[in-house]
Amino acid sequence: MIPHKINKAAKQILAEVISNKKFGPYHHIVFAVGDMAASIKPGNFVAISVGGEQSSLILRRAFAIYRAIDKGPMGGSIELVVAPHGQGSSWLCARAIGEFVDLIGPLGTSFGIPTSNANAMLIGGGYGSAPLFALAELLKNRGCRVDMVLGASTANKIFAPLEGKRTVSSLTLTTDDGSAGIHGQISEAIPRLIRELGTEVIYSCGPMGMLSAIAKIAKEFDIAHQCSVEESMACGIGVCMTCVVPIRSEENVKMVRTCIDGPVMDGSQIIWDRKEVSDLMGL
Amino acid sequence: MSTLDFSTKIGSKRFSNPIFTASGCASSGQELSQFFPLTELGAIVTKSIMTKSRTGRLTPRMAETPSGMLNSIGLQGPGIDAFLENDIPWLVEQKAKIIVSIAGETVDEYGVLSRRLRAVSGISAVEVNISCPNVENRGQVFACHPDTSVAVIEAVRRNIGGELPIIAKLSPDVTDIVEIAAAVINAGVDGLALINTLLGMVIDTNSMRPKLAGKTGGLSGPAIRPVAVRAIYQVHQAFPNTPIVGMGGVASGRDAFELILAGASAVSIGTASFGSPNAAMLVKSQLSDLLIERGFNDFRDAIGFAHRGL
Repeated sequence: MIPHKINKAAKQILAEVISNKKFGPYHHIVFAVGDMAASIKPGNFVAISVGGEQSSLILRRAFAIYRAIDKGPMGGSIELVVAPHGQGSSWLCARAIGEFVDLIGPLGTSFGIPTSNANAMLIGGGYGSAPLFALAELLKNRGCRVDMVLGASTANKIFAPLEGKRTVSSLTLTTDDGSAGIHGQISEAIPRLIRELGTEVIYSCGPMGMLSAIAKIAKEFDIAHQCSVEESMACGIGVCMTCVVPIRSEENVKMVRTCIDGPVMDGSQIIWDRKEVSDLMGL
Repeated sequence: MSTLDFSTKIGSKRFSNPIFTASGCASSGQELSQFFPLTELGAIVTKSIMTKSRTGRLTPRMAETPSGMLNSIGLQGPGIDAFLENDIPWLVEQKAKIIVSIAGETVDEYGVLSRRLRAVSGISAVEVNISCPNVENRGQVFACHPDTSVAVIEAVRRNIGGELPIIAKLSPDVTDIVEIAAAVINAGVDGLALINTLLGMVIDTNSMRPKLAGKTGGLSGPAIRPVAVRAIYQVHQAFPNTPIVGMGGVASGRDAFELILAGASAVSIGTASFGSPNAAMLVKSQLSDLLIERGFNDFRDAIGFAHRGL
């Protein structure tokens, strides 16, 4: 049965910015979150108020957690990788050390870990790779082989910090423009890698188009696929019903909230083809 | 230390304080209950429930706008059977004051829903949502015409029986909201909920297409607050004895106070809960402070205060 409640550990706090550094086209921001850090699992996200009190931006922004450190020098902390795309994310990237943000977390589901040692492939698109490094560490500690595949439109948009690279058995890069690694879309490289590496389970995070392509490949190879999806959210806590994705159910289609039943979901359950959804709904 | 009587009344029912949730903005309460006890609310107004389960619309369902947002959910929900089986018992167990919001596609469906509710204990009122903008056919927005509004309210009245107060939720997207209010008051409602969202549209200038899958959506948030204040003011002026549950972009105690001065007997928190799950609690404490500061001992003395001396 699908859970209907939000992450039991979720709390609303004021979190202090303790570091904010540029990392290529992204910002790597660290927040002091105290006890919250201990309850965070790879795949969880946080929802942050943006724009300050007088802002015309009234909705929270959701960010996947890159890393959580339980007991660091500043107590518990979480780290985010943020691309300053829109007004909200640009505001967040402009926060100085010592400023506070209104943050709710941890939210959503986390990546499931195989019960026995398995060959895992972690696939990240752009800064979608961020939550995969904590997962890689966890899988490695459980004795899994971890192969990572990171892709982006161009080389500097691949988020792959040094310490993250060390936790994986292999790292393959792809770029749409050929500026680094394999030339082409990330999904084109996957089938060959699955065969070569003997992949038994896939974890993915990135744009919906990429996740959809990987879901198709996972189905062809008949291997498990957990993906972290991204739909625009207004609240992050399950009340607004805007962030839904269609999944297969007895009544054809069911719209589930990605803030509660996701962001990590079983890729084979999601109906990726929009036309199929419309047809099933009789639209 | 001043004391404040914060209680309010809708029809025969008394509520400990005037801060409610707005339908569709609190789901069925479980999610918000992680942030504050639901007993702290004057009442929780549930999402609008329909006769059958409903998938709702495709995504994108949301577009942020300046000081507001458009939503196009399409009344996704479990349907009355699952709602009465799961959601109501849970809310009753929490000892929350419950106002059930209902929505139908036909007049008969409102009758069916009302009949289902009449035997349910633990409900304080029923909100009849006749103004959801996210329906396939604008002609289906009952609250756009006095006669269709009346037909729905009569069906509810006939089927609900007993003392349960009926609150009609009206749309501001009409030429004369007082005319619609007059019609439903004549048909026997105990209160009005003002206002539902306004129909709006955002076009994505990159894709050059409407941003929402449903093309149009309901505009909410602080951007619509002046429209709510105007609608409440006009209706309260015409019908000062009909309680109004006011809503529309309330995010602070000051905002709630504004709607109360216009004539609201209670204030629902909607979109502000998306920005902050404890928004209703913040509004409640700020409003209480503000009322005391302005010298009110009884909340009810502030209702419609802006009309005095005119």
